[in-house]
Amino acid sequence: MAFMKMTSPHTTRAGDTGDVMKQVILACVPGLITLSYFFGPGTLINVVMASITAIACEAAVLKLRNRPVGFFLKDYSAVVTGVLLGLALPPYCPWWIVVVGTASAIILAKHLYGGMGYNPFNPAMVGYVILLISFPVEMTQWAIPRTMLEDGQGPLGPWIALQHIFTGAGSIDAFTGATPLDVFKHNNSQLVEHLYNSEPIFATGRWAGAGWEWVNLAFLLGGVYLLYRKIFTWHTPVSMLATIFILSLAFYDGGSSHSGGSPYFHLLSGATMLGAFFIATDPVSSAVSTKGRLFYGAGIGILVYVIRVWGNYPDAVAFAVLLMNFAAPFIDYYTLPRTYGHDKARRATEKKD
Amino acid sequence: MTDFVVILISTILVNNFVLVQFLGLCPFMGVSNKLETAIGMGGATTFVLTLASICSYLVHNFILAPLGLEYLKTIAFILVIAVVVQFAKMFIEKTSPLLYRVLGVFLPLITTNCAVLGVALQNTAKAHTFTESALYGFGAALGFSFVLILFSAMRERLAVADVPVPFKGAAIGMITAGLMSLAFMGFSGLV
Repeated sequence: MAFMKMTSPHTTRAGDTGDVMKQVILACVPGLITLSYFFGPGTLINVVMASITAIACEAAVLKLRNRPVGFFLKDYSAVVTGVLLGLALPPYCPWWIVVVGTASAIILAKHLYGGMGYNPFNPAMVGYVILLISFPVEMTQWAIPRTMLEDGQGPLGPWIALQHIFTGAGSIDAFTGATPLDVFKHNNSQLVEHLYNSEPIFATGRWAGAGWEWVNLAFLLGGVYLLYRKIFTWHTPVSMLATIFILSLAFYDGGSSHSGGSPYFHLLSGATMLGAFFIATDPVSSAVSTKGRLFYGAGIGILVYVIRVWGNYPDAVAFAVLLMNFAAPFIDYYTLPRTYGHDKARRATEKKD
Repeated sequence: MTDFVVILISTILVNNFVLVQFLGLCPFMGVSNKLETAIGMGGATTFVLTLASICSYLVHNFILAPLGLEYLKTIAFILVIAVVVQFAKMFIEKTSPLLYRVLGVFLPLITTNCAVLGVALQNTAKAHTFTESALYGFGAALGFSFVLILFSAMRERLAVADVPVPFKGAAIGMITAGLMSLAFMGFSGLV
């Protein structure tokens, strides 16, 4: 009988970065399909443009820094940044929005910090926030879902969409409107029931605004798939969603839009699910320890709710994630797990007595 | 009571002195290399800022205003701040010699922390009452310490990152502070 001579690790499953990133891209597909179904081909065009820009910027910076270009491109992390930013951007925004956002995400937020594995902020969200603050007009024009289109009017065709994105030709005002979170932001002294009946975005939807509820459920599906594949642990998304749920339950008085909307509404609108499963779980910029992830997720949940309900911006996932990215090293510092063999947690760099 | 909460939220988050008003950047960049030092500096600045805004309120309302010398307020406040800092220095030297050694030159440098003078001047410009002035100074100092401490924890991590050579050290610190200030814009409109 011959024994095979093998040293550890004995795991057979490939687990490199590229593999993880490919799973994340795969898990984005349901959300992308739902977005394209409800809002037309704009998001798909965004994702393609952002991915190409991301790869180009990544290759250019790696070339400048004399790093192996092929090796780093194959880990797909730049593509993931591009895909996530493309999903978050409003459909049919001008092409330069996508390019500027992706370039600042890859160059400013990722490679100035040393590239893959060193970025303290989530690159896609840095790109998004820079765009939101610099170009508020272009960034707040969301397409309307197909349920709101008049009879006989189809969603924007890909050809017209491309023409509009690249040349600005043709008006698409008929295809843009307020998102459910916008509606709540601008009508803070009405009955929720009244809003649900009078605003077409709610009237043609089911629970939390036409289109948006399905988009969020699709991202939830993708997120559950990633959890099943053990790409990340449950702590961050569950604690973030639970915090949003508890806060919206605590402040919702059941009737007036002043009190911020029902838990369903907050969980199924805007970027809640995309943020919880795809943005907040970024392994580089989030907290590392188990306990730290719970605090980190809860912090994002609190900030999302506070800014949505009392702040100026209708959605807050990008801001909340950046703010908690800022706090993540501090959270890690105070939630060090105990090392086996020690009585209490201590830092590796700590001086010995 | 609500007013006080509003002042605190406003100074800590919405109008954060460092990341929104860009005051006190010198200690923010200078003392943020280590977390422990940053916590000490935060404590010292909180002590000085609260005391300085109280003292400058008293000086402004009971000495300068009755004598009609309001145009001297900048120079008077600088004097008050210098005295308070000297007092804080002696206080820390006696109570915590270790912190005194760690803070070193940065302790007297609180004198030139423009956030301290900024708070005093804003207090008179906004015609705050005594309690409001004290709370405004306290909130400003809390906001300063809050971002300073978080920033120092992050800089400890940045110190080991593979940052491109031209961006090492203060440059990447400035970029991080800029990105943070972008994120703090999310708080606008809270109060």
